[in-house]
Amino acid sequence: MGKYLVRRLVNYVVLVFIATSMAYLLAATSLNPRSHFLGRNPPVPVTTQDDILNRYNLNDKTPVFERYGTWIDNIAHGNLGRDYDGGYVGANLSRRMWVSGQLLLIGTILGGLVGVAAGAWAAVRHKKATDVALTQGAFFILSCPVFVIAILLQVGATRLNNAVGSRLISFSGQFDPAKPGGFFSNIGDRLDHLILPTITLMLAGASYLMLYQRSAMLDVLGSDYVRTARAKGLRRRTALIKHALRTALIPSVTLFTYAFATIFVGATFTETIFGWHGMGEWFVQTIQGSDTNAVAAITAVVGVLILFASFLQDVVVAMLDPRVRVG
Amino acid sequence: MTTPAEVRTREPKPDESAVLVVDNLHVAFPVLGGGSVNAVRGLSYQLRRGEALGIVGESGSGKSVSSLALMGLLPRTTRVTGSVRLDGQELLGMHDREASALRGKKISMIFQEPLSALTPVYTVGAQVSEALRVHNDISKEKALDRAVELLDLVGIPNPRDRAKAFPHEFSGGMRQRVMIAMAIANDPDVIIADEPTTALDVTIQAQILDVLQTARRETGAAVIMITHDLGVVAGLADRVLVMYAGRPVELGTTDEVYYAPRMPYTLGLLGSIPRLDASGRSALTPIEGTPPSLANLPSGCPFRPRCPLAIDICAETEPALDPVRGASHRAACHRKDEIETNGWTVTDVFPVPDLGIAEIERVPREERPAALAVEGLVKHYPLMKGVAFKRQVGTVQAVDGVDFDIREGETLGLVGESGCGKTTTLLQILELVEPQAGTIRIAGTDTRDLRGGPARKALRRDLQVVFQDPQASLDPRLPVGDVLAEPMRTHGYHKKQIDARVKELLQLVGLEPSHAGRYPQEFSGGQRQRVGIARALALEPKLVVLDEPVSALDVSIRAGVINLLMQLRAELSLSYLFVAHDLSVVRVIADRVAVMYLGRIVEIGVVDSVYASPSHPYTQALLSAIPIPDPDKERTRERIVLQGDLPSPANPPSGCRFRTRCQRFLTLTEGEKQLCIDRYPPLIPMGPDHSAACHYAEPVAVI
Repeated sequence: MGKYLVRRLVNYVVLVFIATSMAYLLAATSLNPRSHFLGRNPPVPVTTQDDILNRYNLNDKTPVFERYGTWIDNIAHGNLGRDYDGGYVGANLSRRMWVSGQLLLIGTILGGLVGVAAGAWAAVRHKKATDVALTQGAFFILSCPVFVIAILLQVGATRLNNAVGSRLISFSGQFDPAKPGGFFSNIGDRLDHLILPTITLMLAGASYLMLYQRSAMLDVLGSDYVRTARAKGLRRRTALIKHALRTALIPSVTLFTYAFATIFVGATFTETIFGWHGMGEWFVQTIQGSDTNAVAAITAVVGVLILFASFLQDVVVAMLDPRVRVG
Repeated sequence: MTTPAEVRTREPKPDESAVLVVDNLHVAFPVLGGGSVNAVRGLSYQLRRGEALGIVGESGSGKSVSSLALMGLLPRTTRVTGSVRLDGQELLGMHDREASALRGKKISMIFQEPLSALTPVYTVGAQVSEALRVHNDISKEKALDRAVELLDLVGIPNPRDRAKAFPHEFSGGMRQRVMIAMAIANDPDVIIADEPTTALDVTIQAQILDVLQTARRETGAAVIMITHDLGVVAGLADRVLVMYAGRPVELGTTDEVYYAPRMPYTLGLLGSIPRLDASGRSALTPIEGTPPSLANLPSGCPFRPRCPLAIDICAETEPALDPVRGASHRAACHRKDEIETNGWTVTDVFPVPDLGIAEIERVPREERPAALAVEGLVKHYPLMKGVAFKRQVGTVQAVDGVDFDIREGETLGLVGESGCGKTTTLLQILELVEPQAGTIRIAGTDTRDLRGGPARKALRRDLQVVFQDPQASLDPRLPVGDVLAEPMRTHGYHKKQIDARVKELLQLVGLEPSHAGRYPQEFSGGQRQRVGIARALALEPKLVVLDEPVSALDVSIRAGVINLLMQLRAELSLSYLFVAHDLSVVRVIADRVAVMYLGRIVEIGVVDSVYASPSHPYTQALLSAIPIPDPDKERTRERIVLQGDLPSPANPPSGCRFRTRCQRFLTLTEGEKQLCIDRYPPLIPMGPDHSAACHYAEPVAVI
């Protein structure tokens, strides 16, 4: 098993290198950082343009593979390159990753837990009112665009705040810049700002996983081994949790681990609506801004995460399913 | 649906020694949109302490449903009424908490499908110890120790290590042993075994029946053995209960039911089983028609439409399960006393069809041309590993040098257990291509000489096939008329000719020609298989390959299809290659039989000789493993129980492939054994047209 995982890991390293290179080459050939100088008044002299672009390894006059070489060399030295306006991609990346990460990590995990629990519950109450309500609710959320849900939540929160008469829930930005104090003294404020975007993300994740978990659970509910467990004298509830749910978890957890692939960039809309300056927002901005190095860096991060998620999946499946682990 | 009072069946007074009393049990499944399927309609019986009761019936007779009702394991929407008392305690209507405390402790159950009955994610040891820990306050370690003891008891080798393995690492037979270990873990009073051996091969079935006997001895529990196979219960049960359409129709001691059945259905059932101890090729007595739908039962006796003895009263009232003679034997038939007084047997009630004999069969075998000749046939599959870069890690020797021939008008039964290579042999023949090694000659044409599609297509007309599962082998979107016409269209028959031939074919297999417009799902399983046979006959082939043609059918239906096959053979002078795992069916239909083990034929010859004096130890074990529906014979038979499971065909033992499980090998001296280890034995003649591949072949009568 260990040997198998190591082999997979080596595979992944190779894949990450290929994926990142492709991402850079694609970004470098399709984006045009020189467009920033167009229409400037007074016009920027071409030599100045070249100077600036050369400084940041963005000059389209340099052959693309030469730029790629420089970029790889920089990366090998831990430098992700510069923005067209001179900012450091690495610094931006680490700041924004943390912003998106805290939002998405909580939302994803909560979504997973709620989704699995709701799915299992709906399956056990198959065709009864609970099941119908949960399933239809999930379909409603799935068919609603994220911004509709986010805005509905905001409307609801505003009403609640008005009814209570004080600002119980805040939903603009990551924290209240007017409040004095450092990070730790403002932790309550930060959590307060997390509530609505987290619920938004959780709802979408949960409804998608719920439907999946429900059908996985329905498949095993009538299975012979659940009946065997009951025949041994297990109570219905115990048999359902210990034998049915435990087995039905395998496909949903497999699916769930893939959510970690988008742990940093999966919340573009949510971030924009709630005023969070995270990776999703940045990704859109950098593409619009023809910011080759930043786009390449973000794509590379996503690539690494996808491979990480699939590695995680291998590990988790092996942990959950002895049929994969043994024999 | 309510049952009229006079139809009620009650046993006289509760027996003192009864551990389980079932009284007027009804089970109904509500159907969407009103109505219900009445799966069990008034079942009463008593089970004495330590007794073995066989419940026999076909699918839909209510035998399994009634047992699940006792266990309280039916879906919650099911309506269960009546009374079930275990040691005087009423089980029906009990709260799940109380019922769970009894389940697995005082009453336990073994299910049919060992492959899916164990939770795939827990070790076998954990699952057995769970059964202990649910009912006893003991530590994990103690429970596991006891689980290992139980696994040892049911015959699992190296139980301490194997307890740590997962279900998928066990074979079907081994998993069924685990199920038995769980069922006996808490020393129950009643064990219900629901078709515990139906999914298993015969030699494994013999092992499991052995283990069940051990389990019974160890726990002293009463056993309810549910089965469709009258052979399985013959030697095992003290009493037998026959069910039909949700009702008990005959109940008595095993001898009474087998030797003096008084309900026509029981008579028919016994007459329709192909028997290993039959004398040569013989017609069976089929029960015409099919069991009624439980959602829409006819009035009166549900067996009436199929019963040759039916009279007017049978259409009006459903007969009660009344005593025949003495209190122990009961039958539900209006004419049971007549049957009793006249001593009617199967052949008096059900007509024995005359199946005829083909002209060609009068010609001596040696003078008939061969319809199929197979010599040294080999089929090896590479065993691959890896996802992107596959590499060969071994070779599965599915078929490894097989010789046989089938003369015109002759039937060869090719028998063996799953994995022996019989299906691969058949597929190789059907493929009509040059084999990896050896030759296949069909009606004198070597498949190696076939060049191009047209030649192959022409030969295909002579060679047709009937598959095992009539459900899966007929396109559900084609009316049966089109199913039958398709082969003829492909081979360029004229439109008019086709229409006439379709009608003729339907008539030939005993179906209504007017049903040509119906779809396969409108037919019952037996009728569908008849359609499958008609399709195979459409092109007037010389040789028909039959791949387990009756194994998916119910007992009473099976006989009709077997008879049809025999009748068609006589009428059309067909040759059959009959592939089956059931040696009893082969006994009644085949002229010659070839027994396969791990890709090779170990014994071949005329049926009479092979069955009367099997000379290869494997044939002996196989024959002795098959139960005969005759209680006296079963009780006195010495059963050869083989050790272990079939070895992997990717890694067969050296020398004789059977030696690892051979009962004869164990009795040999070291010097003698060496020959078995070193050399694969050639086929040694044992009589005229009978040979066996064993160094120490000697005939042993086992039936």
